[in-house]
Amino acid sequence: MKRAIDIAVLPAIPEHIRVAVLEVTGRLKDMPGALLPILHGVQDALGYVPEEAVPLIAREMNLSRADVHGVITFYHHFRQRPAGRRVIHLCRAESCQAMGAVTLEQHVKRRLDIDFHQTTADGAYTLEPVYCLGNCACSPAMMMDGELKGRMTPERFDAWLEAEAP
Amino acid sequence: MSVTVYVPRDAGALSLGAEAVARAIASEARRRHVDVRVVRNGSRGLYWLEPLVEVETSIGRVAYGPVQPEDVPALFDADFLHGGKHVLGHGPTADIDYLKRQQRLTFERVGVVDPRSLEDYRAHGGYRGLAAALHMSGEEIVQTVLDSGLRGRGGAAFPAGIKWKTCLEAPSQRKYVVCNADEGDSGTFADRMIMEGDPFVLIEGMTIAGLAVGATQGYIYLRVEYPHAQRALEEAIAIAEAAGLLGDDVGGSGKAFHLEVRMGGGAYICGEETSLLESLEGKRGQVRFKPPLPAIEGLFGKPTVINNVVTLASVPIILDRGAGYYRDYGSGKSRGTLPIQLAGNVKRPGLVEHAFGLSLRELAEGYGGGTASGRPIRAVQVGGPLGAYIPASQLDTPIDYEAFIAMGGMIGHGGVVVFDDTVDMAAQARYAMEFCAIESCGKCTPCRIGSTRGVEVIDRIVAGDARERNEVLLRDLCQTMIAGSLCALGGMAPFPVLSALDHFPEDFTGAADKANA
Repeated sequence: MKRAIDIAVLPAIPEHIRVAVLEVTGRLKDMPGALLPILHGVQDALGYVPEEAVPLIAREMNLSRADVHGVITFYHHFRQRPAGRRVIHLCRAESCQAMGAVTLEQHVKRRLDIDFHQTTADGAYTLEPVYCLGNCACSPAMMMDGELKGRMTPERFDAWLEAEAP
Repeated sequence: MSVTVYVPRDAGALSLGAEAVARAIASEARRRHVDVRVVRNGSRGLYWLEPLVEVETSIGRVAYGPVQPEDVPALFDADFLHGGKHVLGHGPTADIDYLKRQQRLTFERVGVVDPRSLEDYRAHGGYRGLAAALHMSGEEIVQTVLDSGLRGRGGAAFPAGIKWKTCLEAPSQRKYVVCNADEGDSGTFADRMIMEGDPFVLIEGMTIAGLAVGATQGYIYLRVEYPHAQRALEEAIAIAEAAGLLGDDVGGSGKAFHLEVRMGGGAYICGEETSLLESLEGKRGQVRFKPPLPAIEGLFGKPTVINNVVTLASVPIILDRGAGYYRDYGSGKSRGTLPIQLAGNVKRPGLVEHAFGLSLRELAEGYGGGTASGRPIRAVQVGGPLGAYIPASQLDTPIDYEAFIAMGGMIGHGGVVVFDDTVDMAAQARYAMEFCAIESCGKCTPCRIGSTRGVEVIDRIVAGDARERNEVLLRDLCQTMIAGSLCALGGMAPFPVLSALDHFPEDFTGAADKANA
């Protein structure tokens, strides 16, 4: 990747973002191929990779802002806006389709009143598609905040929502 | 005396409530003042029985499943701790037909051992392959892998030994071993099961690969969708390091091998080896032109062996028992065993490791027991989202590389997804194009643009808009993608589309045509 010396003055960055980014870059920037681990670190710390973090990451990594932006936007996992309090990943791949994922998907969208990549108005849930959770023998599958659920049905989803309701 | 009870910590078993079952067993045992030791094993791969609880008895391990927390008191009442009879009982695990008929080499320990116990791994034959390799030269290790006939189990099926030989012969001060753990194909979960259920076998396989080619650094590139596997691998790596089996002095040999897990970013294309290397270098995961081959110029420009999880996990047994032992399984040019993942609409989904040559029918109807819905099988997709749809009439095809190539399909990573007769094959064809459009890395035009156009043309066909003319256009587009794409994503996405068109033309009859009929 081309290296660019960024001599421009950094724009103002909210303090908590600056602190979080510098903590992560300070820890990881000397790893070979450090950019993905750094983006994971920033997202783990802040819940997303804020636009304001890009110039600072670029400077610490001695990359151009365009390079960093290009990497963030290439990967489905990195988000540029905060997610809802719970993130639901719904599997859309073939094995789940064969076991009713399309019906489940319609139900979940209707129930939460959002489409993929959206967050409910109250900020409670974000819905993301995923193309295989590797739980194909227990299709259809979902992941709720890293917790995998197998043999999902609209009824089980509703029961989960009710149990989770604040 | 304490009784050992096994409750899987495999992500699939957890997704069905295994954690609550483990807790229920521990608390019920305390309540009854019985001494129970709960071991969290991997999965045996009998997923319709998960959570599958096993009890160590005088006649071996006895299986109960699927167990839910509310079943636990009744299991204790039935004296399951001594193999007592219960409606959820299946007798000795080893005698369950589904398991008994398999030929488990790569998976011999998965579901059996405690994945966090190095002692358990060793007690079941672990690290014997490395011990053998430490007495061999790089050339001898590579020759053994060549002689075993092992081909890459990731999809392309390239002989592993040839990759290794190329890397061994490439002059460089620094070389790498990279494990492709970006198991993104729908219907595949064998890699995940190994990483969660027997992570040391992958570590051992990679260490042997490092010794073979002279690499001192290894990376496991793991997909972000597998947080359970990440935890299992990182724990196992720390244990292996502490035991001196990884690090500067592997097993006291004076040779170094370091290993690190790197998480991907949720991009299917990073399962393609050159995209994966770009991603590991911290870049967008775009496909590289080949040549140069990664074995000559790979990660950070250095010679790199890159293999799939199952491939690397098959290496220890080859080094331990010899090339011939492994090669003697299988048929033709498809040597050894293939861990087949049976999924989709099937009564008994799970992992079936068997020598090549098993027919799809034996798999779907024999092992799988037919569809979960009880309806007839209509189509089977083999090899993930880029694999062809095979109609029920061709279920007698044997599972080996050559037979599949001959009928325009591929085995890929060994995922088999079954569909019943309610499937809409035009929708599946559209999905294949849509998937390619979402996951294309964007580097080459046929894949980037062709997939989006493909979705539009299928929509027009299904809408009954100039069906014949649009079918000609769709086939032409598919040929362009096959011939003109840089990698398998664009080059193979047309396979499910064309196979759906060829075998299920009736599903592409649009609404307008139906009205006219």
